[in-house]
Amino acid sequence: MKIKDTLENYTFILPAVTIFSVFYIIPFIWVFQLGLFDWDGISFTKVFVGLQNFKEVFLQDRNWWQSMWNASYITLIAITLQNILAFMLAWACDREIKMKNFYRVIFFIPPVLSEVVVGMVWRFIINDIDGANIINRTLTGMGFANLAHNWLSDPNTALTTVAIVHCWKGFGWGFLIFLAGLQTIPRELYEAARVDGASAWQSFKKITLPLMIPVMVLVAILTVLGTMQVFVLIVSLVGGEFAGHTSVPVLRILASMRGSSRFGYACAQGITFGMVLVAISFIQYRFSKKGQ
Amino acid sequence: MWFKNVLLGVFVLFSLIGCSGQKLETKPTINIWHWMTDRDPAFQELAKKYEALTGVRVNFELYAPSDAYSQKIRAAAQGTNLPDVFGILGEKRDFASFIRAGHILDITPYMEANNNNWKNNFFPKALAVNEFASGNSYGINPGIFGVPIDIMTIQMVYNKKLFSQLGLNPNRPPKTFQEFLDIGVKIKAAGMQGLVSGWGEVWMIDCLANNYAFNIMGKDKVLATIKGEVPYTDPDWIKVFSIFKQMQESGILAKGLVTMINKSAEQIFANEKAVFAFNGSWCVNVYKGMNPGLEYGAMLPPEASNQYPIAIWGGAGSSFMVNARSKSKEESVKFLTWLTAQDQQAYLAQATNNLPANKDSLTKIPEILAQFARGMDYATHPNVWGVSEFSLVIEAFDRGIQSIIIGEKSPEQVADEVQKIKDREMAKKRAR
Repeated sequence: MKIKDTLENYTFILPAVTIFSVFYIIPFIWVFQLGLFDWDGISFTKVFVGLQNFKEVFLQDRNWWQSMWNASYITLIAITLQNILAFMLAWACDREIKMKNFYRVIFFIPPVLSEVVVGMVWRFIINDIDGANIINRTLTGMGFANLAHNWLSDPNTALTTVAIVHCWKGFGWGFLIFLAGLQTIPRELYEAARVDGASAWQSFKKITLPLMIPVMVLVAILTVLGTMQVFVLIVSLVGGEFAGHTSVPVLRILASMRGSSRFGYACAQGITFGMVLVAISFIQYRFSKKGQ
Repeated sequence: MWFKNVLLGVFVLFSLIGCSGQKLETKPTINIWHWMTDRDPAFQELAKKYEALTGVRVNFELYAPSDAYSQKIRAAAQGTNLPDVFGILGEKRDFASFIRAGHILDITPYMEANNNNWKNNFFPKALAVNEFASGNSYGINPGIFGVPIDIMTIQMVYNKKLFSQLGLNPNRPPKTFQEFLDIGVKIKAAGMQGLVSGWGEVWMIDCLANNYAFNIMGKDKVLATIKGEVPYTDPDWIKVFSIFKQMQESGILAKGLVTMINKSAEQIFANEKAVFAFNGSWCVNVYKGMNPGLEYGAMLPPEASNQYPIAIWGGAGSSFMVNARSKSKEESVKFLTWLTAQDQQAYLAQATNNLPANKDSLTKIPEILAQFARGMDYATHPNVWGVSEFSLVIEAFDRGIQSIIIGEKSPEQVADEVQKIKDREMAKKRAR
């Protein structure tokens, strides 16, 4: 009977395991295997180089680590600015305010737009000669003419500008997930707290925040995974890596594959990048467990 | 019973037809993959004409944008699923990899048949891009491996109306680099934008830098640098890097140039917001679409030195290769011979505003296109140099120039950094 049960259980999970293996595990192993070769992506022959590609990624490729740093910077801004904004807006829309459904729709428009379109539109808004120069005009109109400059072509502001546009594009996802999370909190808890004399801030601190932690962890993990892989927006905003100032890991991987025809090396970069993302997600998960 | 008999009868009839040994006469279909969105309608039209003429169906399949096409071709090469005819986007190194893997047919015998009949149709520089000379550094047997469909040159263009507004003669573009810089000062004073180009995509920076490298130190020294015999810290290379610093300081470069994609640059120039643009001959078609009334002229980049002539990138704009594993090799070669004949090339040039690869088809092209065509006398291309620079060195070189333009690094610093990477790559090559 026990063997039958076990077999039955395995049969049920077999389709999922098969799909996961075929589409995730096998390609991962394959990519790792390719990372051990010097290969141009065209020839049928590959030269085995062992861990040489990984060694180069870790020890010699300064451009790679600069791109990791840039992606981390954008991610940091996304985790803080984007998610705080998303949470506050979700919290506001969860309350009884006028036109809340209208706001919900409006806030969810940016995420459904194509990254290329968002990049082009913001490039038009920001740039002066090939755009409307709205930001600089506004600053000048407000008496801050000294702040007006080329936001996307200044190495000091290019990455931050990209990060802010990315936040604008991405906050709608967080908003939606936070809103769904807030709506699962039983209203009775708030009513009971009000009866006990709790202020709005106390209710938020003692009820909303603790119950929202799992959702926050989920949003944080999704933000890290999504933001670290940003590249389309960068290409449409600044055309590429801009002397390394807007370089991100995916652009580096593409440069290795397309620019240098080093497919083996690009695979090694991809594996390294994947492992870093898994490690970050794992740390976040562990942190949240401890917090709970 | 009745139904069974009918079914049996039909089966016997089909079996007899199948065993009759009658062959179905079908003409082959030639499948061609390409990425040229602007040329697709003209290709389809020519395919129809060819089918009417020969009965051979030619199936042009467009895969755009070029990045996606490039990936598709590589994936197809891995699976040996390449079409009968295809184009390769990339450097000569990639071209060589395709040949080495046995994907591309050596078309030299066809080109040289009947006293070089086919070969003589082309501009020699257009053919050179598709050719591997004897003793080439890629280890490819000498031969011609591609058929040029059109040619291109990358030059500067200037807006005649804005030239007049600046008090300059619209029929006399600057000839020397100093004249060019002086115009930069005027542009800055007038609050206009100077030179626009797709320098956010970097390869066009590489192109202009190489133009000036040829002008300042000559071809031999440039090639000696690629071979590792001359360092990038050589004073002549510092002069090349300094060209960009001088341009930035004079005000000749448009704002935001280092993050500009070529499509934006084309839009800005077509909308008469910039005085100069650095662009390829394909721009004639683009500008025509964006602003048919645009008055502009083409010019060579102004010379920074009178020691060596300026060189511009030019040669085959796009080429087609025949799949060596194709069953329709002969038919494909026949079609390409027809496609590159005078009449078809003249039609392509007229329909797409691209320069024809067939030198006898240059009649009836607009004056601006003729100006680009005249640039072929100065044309060179990395693909014909026989040696190629390490991709990491090219990347450091282009990034370095971007850093010079934004005032982040000096020409000397960039030269030093590029040379360090060159040394590292040379050491790796020696160790292999």
